[in-house]
Amino acid sequence: MGFTIAYLSLIILIPLAALFIKAAGLGWEEWKAILVSPRIIAATRLTFGLSAAAAGVSVVTGLLVTWVLVRYEFPGKRMLDAMVDLPFALPTAVAGITLTAIYGKEGWIGSHFAAAATWVKETWHPAGWIGEQINTWANFGAAYSSLGIFIALTFIGFPFVVRTLQPVMEDLGKEIEEAAATLGAGRWTVFRRVILPLLVPALITGFTLAFARAIGEYGSVIFISGNLPMKTEILPLLIVSQLEQFKYGAAAVIASGMLIISFVLLFIINLLQRRLDWQNR
Amino acid sequence: MSISIHSINKTFGSYKALEDVSLEVPNGSLTALLGPSGSGKTTLLRIVAGLEFADDGPGKILFHGENVVGIPAGKRSVGFVFQHYALFRHMSVADNIAFGLTVLPRSKRPAKSEIRDRVHELLGLVKLDGLDKRRPHELSGGQRQRVALARALAIRPKVLLLDEPFGALDAKVRKDLRRWLRVFHDEINLTTLFVTHDQEEALELADQVVVMRNARIEQVGTPQEIYDRPRSPFVYEFLGNVNKLTEPNGVQRYIRPHEIEVLFAAEYDPTTDRMAKIQHLFSAGPVATLGVRLDDGKFVDVELSRKQLEDLGLSVGDEVAIRSNPPE
Repeated sequence: MGFTIAYLSLIILIPLAALFIKAAGLGWEEWKAILVSPRIIAATRLTFGLSAAAAGVSVVTGLLVTWVLVRYEFPGKRMLDAMVDLPFALPTAVAGITLTAIYGKEGWIGSHFAAAATWVKETWHPAGWIGEQINTWANFGAAYSSLGIFIALTFIGFPFVVRTLQPVMEDLGKEIEEAAATLGAGRWTVFRRVILPLLVPALITGFTLAFARAIGEYGSVIFISGNLPMKTEILPLLIVSQLEQFKYGAAAVIASGMLIISFVLLFIINLLQRRLDWQNR
Repeated sequence: MSISIHSINKTFGSYKALEDVSLEVPNGSLTALLGPSGSGKTTLLRIVAGLEFADDGPGKILFHGENVVGIPAGKRSVGFVFQHYALFRHMSVADNIAFGLTVLPRSKRPAKSEIRDRVHELLGLVKLDGLDKRRPHELSGGQRQRVALARALAIRPKVLLLDEPFGALDAKVRKDLRRWLRVFHDEINLTTLFVTHDQEEALELADQVVVMRNARIEQVGTPQEIYDRPRSPFVYEFLGNVNKLTEPNGVQRYIRPHEIEVLFAAEYDPTTDRMAKIQHLFSAGPVATLGVRLDDGKFVDVELSRKQLEDLGLSVGDEVAIRSNPPE
């Protein structure tokens, strides 16, 4: 107990307190000026929106991958299982550069993607936001756009879902499925009414971890995003750019704002989690 | 509904789990599949349920004359109770029991009120009234088992299959529940097949006992037949303590501890008896156990009532004559 408190204070509470103290050095007017600037608002939307979307996609793909890893035996399974951890281990800058190379216009995947986008653009001439996106894709492939950021965030978030889900799914065992089957439930009903509800708490945990990681992600995103102000600029990048201009106070303010939003979101997820978990016990 | 099993084979890779197994389970009977682990009893039960499929071949499984081979578990209308109950832990007791009814296709599904009534009827049947809102983790082992039973019965199965029904319970609950299940079976009169490795359980509970060993059926009969006239040394040894005894005439025989009579040394008859020395003596409980050593150095267990022990006034070190009295 004493150790836990001391340790958590040392590595979490004290640095965070220092952050807020630094931010408090600035007056309310300055806070407001920084936080409601259009560039910050755009970056906030982008960061939290894409992080949530990427975590959401990771939950679905993570569920599928975990299912295969837990339920099936096939050659190379252990290799695949080890590969899931690569995004954990890879330096994020390396990941960012690699993803940019692959998904950029010259890359293996990016070149096909750009060709497809060009075709769509020339065939349907889409307008508005979608038209703008497709235009970017046709010019740059999947990189240098919000799609690029999304790909990077999916990449780094995915293992969190697999690793939280795997032990829970291994624990489920076949008996409850067989029980449901003898009672006349079809495969889809078994999944929907028996398996999925038992996995929901782990899925939420996986989502939370992937989401939290994506919000703070910096290294891989800055290479693939293009960092266009108002379009593909993420919050951590804005913090770094403030620091580079020696505006420590402003950086602390942005960081504090980010922290508060993250904290509120994680708190809400936690509440949801507890509700669902209570149902599961 | 009767179950007929005709020459069923099952192999897992190179491992033979069942070899040419045939069995008749009469309508309304309570039949025990008894055997050590690895004898194939659970595999046989799972094949009857449709959770496992027998090897291709002439093998057949008939429910009341109708072949069910190839029909999936969900369409066989069997009630299956798993060893660890496999309750849905995210559902209440009532939802667990109702599950089989709520997953029916809409055209066959009973109305909500009807399902509720059925759940309450079943809760009453398994003596769990009032526990409908509980969750499985809030119940004792014995209660969970009865929830699993009620859930299996909700779909009005044609046969009831139980895998080691008392395996996960402690000794006291196990005994109570065993008696209860016997009475319960007589009430609902549903053809029931259960797996056990506990001979006492099989003998006390079942109408018919099927002894299995190494993927084959060793013997089928009433508990009395199996106990009194075992067809092989394996069955003899599996169904309780047994002594291998060489009689004075040189005949080797298996004899149960309670089938040995203890006499005063003075009553020794060299044509039928053997001399023995008492090595140890346990007399806590209704039955006393003597461990005696024969003149050839072999040990033999003898059981006799406390009363007999007192009448004989025996103590460790005494010389006695023993005589085997097998059942006729």
